[in-house]
Amino acid sequence: MTTKIKSFDDLKSIQERLKAGRDPKNPCITICVGTGCLAYGTQKLVDNFREELAKRNLADKIGFRTTGCHGFCERGPMVIIAPEKVFYQRVGLSDAGEIIDKTLLKGEIVDRLLYVDPATGEKVVHEDDVPFYKKQTRLVFGLNSKVDPESMEDYLAIGGYSALGKALTGMKPEAIIQEVIKANLRGRGGGGFPAGWKWDSTRKANGDPKYIICNADEGDPGAYMDRSLLEGNPHLVLEGMIIGAFAIGSSEGYIYARNEYPLAIKNITLAIKQAREAGLLGENILGTGFSFDVKINRGGGAFVCGESSALFASLEGRAGEPRAKYIHATDKGLYDKPTNLNNVETWANVPFIIERGADWYTSIGTEGSKGTKIFSLVGKINNTGLVEVPMGTTLREIVFDIGGGIPGGKKFKAIQTGGPSGGCIPEKYLDMGVDFDELTKIGSMMGSGGMIVMDEDNCMVDVAKYFTNFLVNESCGKCVPCREGVRRMRDILLDITEGKGREGDGELLEKMASAIIDGSLCALGNSAPNPVLSTIRYFRDEYRAHIEEKRCPSGVCKALITYSVDAEKCTGCMVCSKVCPTGAASGEDKKVHTIDPEKCTKCGACRESCKFDSIIVR
Amino acid sequence: MEEKVKEIIQYYQGDKSYLVPILQDVQKEFNYLPKDALCAVSTHLSVPISRVYEVVTFYKAFSLKPKGRYQLSLCLGTACHVRGAELIAGNITSLLGIKEGETTSDLEFSFETVGCLGACALGPVLVVNGEYHGHMNIAKSTKILKKLGKKGATDDDQD
Repeated sequence: MTTKIKSFDDLKSIQERLKAGRDPKNPCITICVGTGCLAYGTQKLVDNFREELAKRNLADKIGFRTTGCHGFCERGPMVIIAPEKVFYQRVGLSDAGEIIDKTLLKGEIVDRLLYVDPATGEKVVHEDDVPFYKKQTRLVFGLNSKVDPESMEDYLAIGGYSALGKALTGMKPEAIIQEVIKANLRGRGGGGFPAGWKWDSTRKANGDPKYIICNADEGDPGAYMDRSLLEGNPHLVLEGMIIGAFAIGSSEGYIYARNEYPLAIKNITLAIKQAREAGLLGENILGTGFSFDVKINRGGGAFVCGESSALFASLEGRAGEPRAKYIHATDKGLYDKPTNLNNVETWANVPFIIERGADWYTSIGTEGSKGTKIFSLVGKINNTGLVEVPMGTTLREIVFDIGGGIPGGKKFKAIQTGGPSGGCIPEKYLDMGVDFDELTKIGSMMGSGGMIVMDEDNCMVDVAKYFTNFLVNESCGKCVPCREGVRRMRDILLDITEGKGREGDGELLEKMASAIIDGSLCALGNSAPNPVLSTIRYFRDEYRAHIEEKRCPSGVCKALITYSVDAEKCTGCMVCSKVCPTGAASGEDKKVHTIDPEKCTKCGACRESCKFDSIIVR
Repeated sequence: MEEKVKEIIQYYQGDKSYLVPILQDVQKEFNYLPKDALCAVSTHLSVPISRVYEVVTFYKAFSLKPKGRYQLSLCLGTACHVRGAELIAGNITSLLGIKEGETTSDLEFSFETVGCLGACALGPVLVVNGEYHGHMNIAKSTKILKKLGKKGATDDDQD
């Protein structure tokens, strides 16, 4: 797209022209090539489709689109055939020819590629009928499946940049801010601070230039919605940023993205270039006299850089250490200038609010949390993927109706939200509606939206140790409570999991936690004890078993477990003796095997390889 | 080496705020950050070498030691952790005889664990030189190491 869009009218006519050229009734193949699906080897499938289409001279007659993440990562590679939206999942890399011949040319369904609803055992033909999608409200994320992230035309054809046109030509900056305040858009990155108020403070602050930043340093382990948005629909994020810049009075913006997300960086870089060429970034945007441009900066792999003041330090080319927050970033942020920082998903919500209005937006969600939220539903869950639901949806609906429950008939134990700053939520809160305030009330938090499901085989003390260990490694070391305190908490947890726990350790952890919460400089330290506190609060029994009985009820903590063979189940197939690296598992053919506890290193190889579930870990 | 560093700095128009991305590109070029390259960055970007060193040692992405021919990254994000990634890490370190974050003395293998790769549906995930291997388990990781030429990895066909 090389023509410059000179005005809002110009934009409208280009959108119309692009839309007219795309009849939704025309056949079109859509393939998800988000990072998750690419990891399944989907690129090869894409190449096969192109080849097979060319072979049949259909390349011009049948639409073909590669898109960003659709969210149902569990079932990739995924192919959707328009106009009927036939949904094929776990498509084999060599299935392209058959899909073209049968579905596109003859209108037949390839039965074996259909999704089977595990609840009813019935096959589902159309994408919209898949229970995983059906129960979601895919407001922001749903657009991913409609656009090729490398094509600005695709975005314009679905009405993209209309909100920008409306904001720049028909609204005053103050009115835009008021609309965002009225919509009560709260920061999707974790804190939940009202974005509109932040914009207002930055606009009113003294200093020039003013910066706006998109925080794409998604460091929460188990969360990947920001990556998928940036990867799958970069223009949406960019549109939100340009609107924000106009409202705040900023001429320079940054996107701070994780270097571990190469595809997201590639796609947003291309989107910026396209927007610049089209006159939607740079000087005199849409002929309104407003100028704004965006640069991309890649992070160096430090979790703490998701914290705003550490992020500024990193953007300035320094080590990412936070500073005390008595001076707000909206007054003195990047290079000590007024700075407004929002997360990817927050920016992506902005065009919807401007386009459809705050009244519409506030009709979705709960009293204190409006709109939708994208969660990454991962861990011990049947339908791993990205899920977008209205605020206030219950955990039960998310885990069981959308997520399809726990694999292998295991029992639900907990759901962890908010990443290393959040907490573990037990079963008794499954019927709680999820929003910013409810999660905080029960000792967890929204965070960026990671939801990690755990079953009966997961040890909650181990989970607390895992997060605390993560934070020990990620603490920048600037302030003592976080640097030393969290480390000592980790050491105590290590002792507990190694059978060296002492009476009173639980209380000691709680005491230390309150000191760390009060004394730490930034949110990393302030929230670091949450995983420990919430597991003590809801799973005290498990702590007790570790400390008093020197026992790990879930069979995870190595020092407290032994491996043995269930004589009833063992068939003497000898597989365990073959995989055992130390010769601890042994036995003769067709006879019950044994595990020598002296030699056993508890590596888990025998349990993993046993087809008869005969290895007992206790 | 100096010429290459100059070229990279040129690409970022000598802007000091791009120190982190510049170092990332330098590392990509040389597979690690050699001392001479850091000195060249310091000179041509007019940033004191102490600051360069501070940044290099602060961010996890940087390595002051050469990395192996095969770079193995195991995801230890929460989703992979609850699916038993820890046991796989134990298997890999014991087979390679190195700790996490180290490189074998023959410069064949580097092994590191990473926060989250965002491929949670495939968890646990092992990335070998950029190629994803999903639904990893102990036996599969042994097999991969064996295929890459690690002696001592036992053969088995358990997937």
